[in-house]
Amino acid sequence: MGSVSPSPAQEFDLTKLNPIYDAYKHVVNGALIPVLQAAQEAYGYLPEPVLEAIGEHLNVPISQIYGVVTFYAQFHLEPRGKHIIRTCQGTACHVRNASRILESLKNTLGVSPGGTTSDLQFTLETVACIGACSLAPVMMVDHDTHGRLKPDLVPKILDNYRN
Amino acid sequence: MSKTVTLTIDNQSVTVQAGVTIWGAARKIGINIPTLCHHFDVKPYSGCRVCVVEVQGARALAAACSFPVTDGLVVFTNSPKVREARRLVVELLLANHPHDCFTCARNQNCELQALAQSLGIKEIRFPQSKPTWPLDETSPSLVRDPNKCILCGRCVRFCSDKQTCSVYTFANRGFSSTVTPAFGKGLSEVKCTLCGQCSVICPTGAITVKDDTAKVLEAINDPDKVVVVQTAPATRVGLGEIFGNAPGSIVTGQMVTALKRIGFDRVLDTNFTADLTIMEEATEFLKRLGANKHMPMITSCSPGWINFMEMYYPDLIQHHSTCKSPQQMFGALAKTYYAQKEGLDPAKIVSVSIMPCTAKKFECRRPEMKSSGYQDVDYVLTTRELGQLIQSFGLSFNDLPSSDYDPIMGCGTGAGTIFGNTGGVMEAALRTAYEVVTKETLPALEFETIRGLGGLREAEIDLKGTKIKVAIAHGLGNARKVMDELKAGNPRGWNFIEVMACPGGCISGGGQPISHDINYRSKRIAALYTDDRNLPLRKSHDNPEVQALCKEFLGGEYGGHKSHELLHTPLKGHEH
Repeated sequence: MGSVSPSPAQEFDLTKLNPIYDAYKHVVNGALIPVLQAAQEAYGYLPEPVLEAIGEHLNVPISQIYGVVTFYAQFHLEPRGKHIIRTCQGTACHVRNASRILESLKNTLGVSPGGTTSDLQFTLETVACIGACSLAPVMMVDHDTHGRLKPDLVPKILDNYRN
Repeated sequence: MSKTVTLTIDNQSVTVQAGVTIWGAARKIGINIPTLCHHFDVKPYSGCRVCVVEVQGARALAAACSFPVTDGLVVFTNSPKVREARRLVVELLLANHPHDCFTCARNQNCELQALAQSLGIKEIRFPQSKPTWPLDETSPSLVRDPNKCILCGRCVRFCSDKQTCSVYTFANRGFSSTVTPAFGKGLSEVKCTLCGQCSVICPTGAITVKDDTAKVLEAINDPDKVVVVQTAPATRVGLGEIFGNAPGSIVTGQMVTALKRIGFDRVLDTNFTADLTIMEEATEFLKRLGANKHMPMITSCSPGWINFMEMYYPDLIQHHSTCKSPQQMFGALAKTYYAQKEGLDPAKIVSVSIMPCTAKKFECRRPEMKSSGYQDVDYVLTTRELGQLIQSFGLSFNDLPSSDYDPIMGCGTGAGTIFGNTGGVMEAALRTAYEVVTKETLPALEFETIRGLGGLREAEIDLKGTKIKVAIAHGLGNARKVMDELKAGNPRGWNFIEVMACPGGCISGGGQPISHDINYRSKRIAALYTDDRNLPLRKSHDNPEVQALCKEFLGGEYGGHKSHELLHTPLKGHEH
């Protein structure tokens, strides 16, 4: 799906997991999800070698960890961009041409929803509603809301986030 | 005495032990509530909802597979409400399942197909979804077709609960849900031992055995080739079930006839090399026991078990016997000893084996299994593939006359036959070890203490002064317990351990016919013990063909130079 392939194993500093293990060492069963959340915080996403290491440490089969990670939308197996774009596909935005905003985002970034740009700047996602219908069509970049969008405004907005 | 409970199912009163499920209670009075996700080998899961029943007073339909009975419960298994719900569940499954029964490996042996037929489903009211997943053909033994998966989770539970390998998991959510190895990898890219039990417990064609029959037929039809076939001990007790015989039917003679009619040039018996394995292994055991080297010694006949050891306990590999499995000993001899005796060019021999096992398909391809100078065993067919082959030749199996195996490597004793049972290799080894050590005749050949289906069985055998402690484990979950004890320093002081990867041993291997009889394992086991009892020779060291091989070819001794060249292997970790 994404345009970025996961990095090879040797690039992951697995010692970053040690303080996470320490924080949950008193949990007999059920440490998996908080450990995964903390690991994702530390690495930005959950690469395979990190999951393998967690499985070994917690004595949970890697297949089960994969099941958990793919069940919850909060976990990501692929690198995420520095900035997360959530463009709204809800009813109000839809009737105000949200599809053209999405088209413009796809063209500007060169990725489909769920994808991350190869420079790891942006991850593009769609959402069903962000509760800002009066501003339709609307998108969020990180915690900023951008409303009353027009397709040709999109590249300029994104430029402000590039460094 | 545990408490009993009386309830009513379909207006019939039934009394069962407390804790039994509605599904179990119904079976007792001859009502088979259909199931897809439930199977007697795994814990209930209540996922498929095919087993729903109406419980009087309950708000919703209940899953019979997991609903524990209580006193006075009133259950209806076939009310209009139940029948409609069950039908809807199956229709929805069929809407999401390929309709390619004609070409499916499980055609006429598929639980989903059988259920649709028994429920009288003539049309599916919903549009059919398209297949979306690619096949996984990476494994040498198994093929996974996720499009045929009905998400029953039997393989997930069997692999994690019984085999402790947890190869499979449910992944994703909702319509994207799937059963897969971690990261969507192929079976050859994860720690799968190839035991193939998932292909036995799968209700549909989602996990099937890789079919090698075409390659074997090509060899048979090649006039330049001499196709030599061996049949494993457990095949004789499984094959008959494909042709409608009850579990536990021994069909050795018809199997030999069928193989000859299909066109195999020489039909020989793996029991011969099972006996040879005992001679080599007993010799090795007594040597290692005396020298106290790499003890305890563990049997090495089961290739799923070998894979398990290499993947999960590589540090303990030195405990394995160095003996090759009977299949591989046979292969090494077929293209050397047998070729010499029969005046055949080994390059023209195609060596085929009929096995109850899916891991054997991998074992024969291991790089170290070329000690004849060629690949020792060229093709492995499972018992199920042989059944299919016999059907395709239009042979009326049950009416076939009985034939004998061909000579030179066709003679096996009862000790060889019981290799198919959990505990059988140990018993065969003890029969020989006892007589070799004590120079006395065994008073009784049956080692009853090590028979049965207990997951981990132990015994102490007195070889007239030399006491040895043996242990037997079957199923990889039990094997793991043994390995963890060895890691902890072998506190029970075992000397000799038999492990088979599949629960029950080879008689219920991953390549054996699929049975819906809850007691099929014990029936097949009992049948092999009967076969043993009825054979004229029951001790491996009495096998005249093995004695002749030893004298003429092995330099008059077991465990000697020639044996090590052909019949033993230094187990090296291989890449998985």
